[in-house]
Amino acid sequence: MAYSVTINGETREIDAPGDMPLLWALRNELGMVGTKFGCGIGMCGACTVHVDGQATRSCSLPLSAVGDKQVSTIESLGETPVGQALQQAWLDEDVMQCGYCQAGQLMNATALLNNNPNPSDGEIEAAMQGNICRCACYKRIHSAIARVARNEESANV
Amino acid sequence: MSEAIQLSRRLFLKSSAVAGGGFALAATFPMAARANAAAGPSQLSAFITINADDTITIVGKNPEIGQGIKTMLPMLIAEELDADWDSVSVEQADTNAAKYGPQLAGGSFATPMNWIPMRQAGAAARAMLLSAAAQRWGVSVSSLATEPGRVVEKSGSRSASFGELAADAALMDVPDPATLKLKDQADFRIIGRAIGGVDSPKVVRGEPIFGVDTQLPGMVYAAFERSPVFGASLVSADLDAAKAQPGVIDAFTIDAAPQVELTQGVAVIADNWWLANKARAALSPQWDNGEWAEHSSAGYAQAAQEAWAAGSSDEVFAEKGDADAAFAEADKVLEAEYSYPFLAHAAMEPMNCTALMHEDGTMEMWAPSQTPQGGQAAVAGYLGLEPSQVTVHITRMGGGFGRRLNNDYMVQAAAIAKQMPGTPVNLIWSREDDVRSDFYRPAGWHKLRAALNAEGKITGWADHFVTFDLGDGQFNPAVMDADEFPAKYVDNLHFEQTKMQTAVPMGALRAPRSNAIAYVMQSFLDEVAHATGKDLPTLMLELTDGVEAEPPAEGFMGPQPGFSAPRLQAVTRKVMQMADWATPSPDGRARGFGFYYSHMGYFAEVVEASLDDRNNPVVHNVWAAGDVGRQIINPFGALNQVEGSIIDGIGQAMQLAVEIEGGAVKQSNFHNYPLPRMPMTPQIHVEWVLSDNDPTGLGEPALPPVIPALTNALFALTGKRVRSLPIDTSLFA
Repeated sequence: MAYSVTINGETREIDAPGDMPLLWALRNELGMVGTKFGCGIGMCGACTVHVDGQATRSCSLPLSAVGDKQVSTIESLGETPVGQALQQAWLDEDVMQCGYCQAGQLMNATALLNNNPNPSDGEIEAAMQGNICRCACYKRIHSAIARVARNEESANV
Repeated sequence: MSEAIQLSRRLFLKSSAVAGGGFALAATFPMAARANAAAGPSQLSAFITINADDTITIVGKNPEIGQGIKTMLPMLIAEELDADWDSVSVEQADTNAAKYGPQLAGGSFATPMNWIPMRQAGAAARAMLLSAAAQRWGVSVSSLATEPGRVVEKSGSRSASFGELAADAALMDVPDPATLKLKDQADFRIIGRAIGGVDSPKVVRGEPIFGVDTQLPGMVYAAFERSPVFGASLVSADLDAAKAQPGVIDAFTIDAAPQVELTQGVAVIADNWWLANKARAALSPQWDNGEWAEHSSAGYAQAAQEAWAAGSSDEVFAEKGDADAAFAEADKVLEAEYSYPFLAHAAMEPMNCTALMHEDGTMEMWAPSQTPQGGQAAVAGYLGLEPSQVTVHITRMGGGFGRRLNNDYMVQAAAIAKQMPGTPVNLIWSREDDVRSDFYRPAGWHKLRAALNAEGKITGWADHFVTFDLGDGQFNPAVMDADEFPAKYVDNLHFEQTKMQTAVPMGALRAPRSNAIAYVMQSFLDEVAHATGKDLPTLMLELTDGVEAEPPAEGFMGPQPGFSAPRLQAVTRKVMQMADWATPSPDGRARGFGFYYSHMGYFAEVVEASLDDRNNPVVHNVWAAGDVGRQIINPFGALNQVEGSIIDGIGQAMQLAVEIEGGAVKQSNFHNYPLPRMPMTPQIHVEWVLSDNDPTGLGEPALPPVIPALTNALFALTGKRVRSLPIDTSLFA
């Protein structure tokens, strides 16, 4: 069955079964492989995308459930000020080791800061605990988010 | 030093002009020379390319698994070239043993193997640029110097960029690397600088750089069904039912080839991986489990108890003095049983490989492998090809941790692609496949005894190790060294072992052997320390008091430094100072110590922990003192490895186990194989003890000591000894 889905502001036609997770429609039907497969059961967060601005596990979202919601992925993260600031903070803090989980970490962190521009340490932990980093770069992920939150705050004053 | 080693220290260089006025320096590296000495001249490849526009391309030869090698090795070249790092770009090499020597991500070997030859390659290119400038200006080389990216006249009147000199440099004689003077440490401009990963900008933009991201025209996807029970054989599978599923292109059986780690099973091919994987359910496979379905972790533990009770073993593997007499005459004998479980690697990027069997019968692969050369050889052997007929592109990897030292998934992809000539196949494993088809960290059981005299000195030391018979593989992770600390420092020693048969595959997990043995030995030594009224760091210092560093010994890559008790002492003293060891922790917390030497690195660590209101351990602080030589090459990557290793070790200690039940792995995904998450991250304080030794690797040595440091902290806190991993919190109830 053909689905019409809005991804990164563009309408895309996807001819696939409705129970196919959005992740595999992105990766194999559209060739958008920035969104990563980690566990397939929503436990690791590697596949995180935004659906109407909310961090969503694309491995657990059936294509048929996307409807007319706006999907955005890591490929368009740099187009938003918060996303761009986080990408830069990730480089400044040299966050990653292997980097495989970082698309999901960045998407989740962006959703966090969009909803709460000045999170406490505890709020960062609570928001990010769904995202596994096997290399355990957690200290740096935390620092990078805090760095952007601080800058945002000072920019807003 | 033998001739072979001298040969292995030689770097072979050759220059050539590059279109547009550039200059390329080709190199063959030491181990390639060693490997190919009999095969005649080695093929040379462009390793450093200096273009007329001042851009420089350096080839990163080793596989990148997150250890930072694709950044670090080019840093070594760029340093001695005196390049401007901002003008350097790094290209990933393909697999080629003749060109590059070993291309291996494992054993923390890359730093010691490449520290000198990589720098020599850079220094040779710099020397040729200097020669070119000297000839152009009619001056002596000694009147010239370099600044990043430029040759300058010391008198200050003339200068030229590397790009401006590149075309002339290509015509200069290539210097003998052995005659080149490398920089003094004080003159380093790039080595020692915190430099971000060269691929990181691509990662944050979501660019397709990992193996699983490989996309080729006409590519199809494969999923693979194998028996959950190790060692089982396929009786039947309903291929037609799978082929009838949506999107499925084909389904066929693959025979086992144990010599290349290929398991029997069924490949399902579809135009979307999720559809291929889903169609596996329709196969309804029937397996003959044979005897192996009787195997279980509980059964192995029971067998260990029986071996201890029987008091007989298969083999005594270390014996010194008269251990029986030492125990008979002891003032006090300590005895304890320790065990640890199987562990999975669970790299974030599930196992995958893309393979294309060309119509001419040659194979091309895009492989996330820690040993792509091993994979190339295995695939070639399986297909009856020469290794040169198997092209292996090295992709970035979403973690390795030792799992990708085994190339079973590469051979599997090749076996599938062989059935579909002309069609590229991207084989991907589900997370369940990954957790249940690993090469596991071996479980192990130790019955330890220590004889103490009236002065509290260790007079006898014994272990009955119950492990697995893994045959004569290249690397056996299920063995213990005969000189395992403190074996060298006690007069009477007895190590024996019992080996069990199993079909469970085992392999190297980050800091193999050490990640388990450190826990056992440093815990039991902590017991000894407490029994004699002292603490573990004091005992470690006493055991090694006055012991000199051992002479260099032949290792994997030629002579390497022997174990150094003074380096053990230095990191131990350092971490005691960092953690303010003599001052008790705040109320409700306690500290524990652990030391371990592995992969040529010395790490002493202190953990400060408490228990939460449900008796779950909480790690607040970890102090780590590490000695990996005189130079930290990239402080960014180095610290990241230590922090990651520490959290990795804490996760293993607290909550990770693979259990065998009915011959299969019980765990399947992150809900029951719970990797550490952000809230488990403690404060981590790292300091380097710089010693006058060439730098060594950091992928592994920081992990082993954190586990006993944690369990020793929990003993200090509760008086309860953790003698089995993962930590059973009911111990503290």
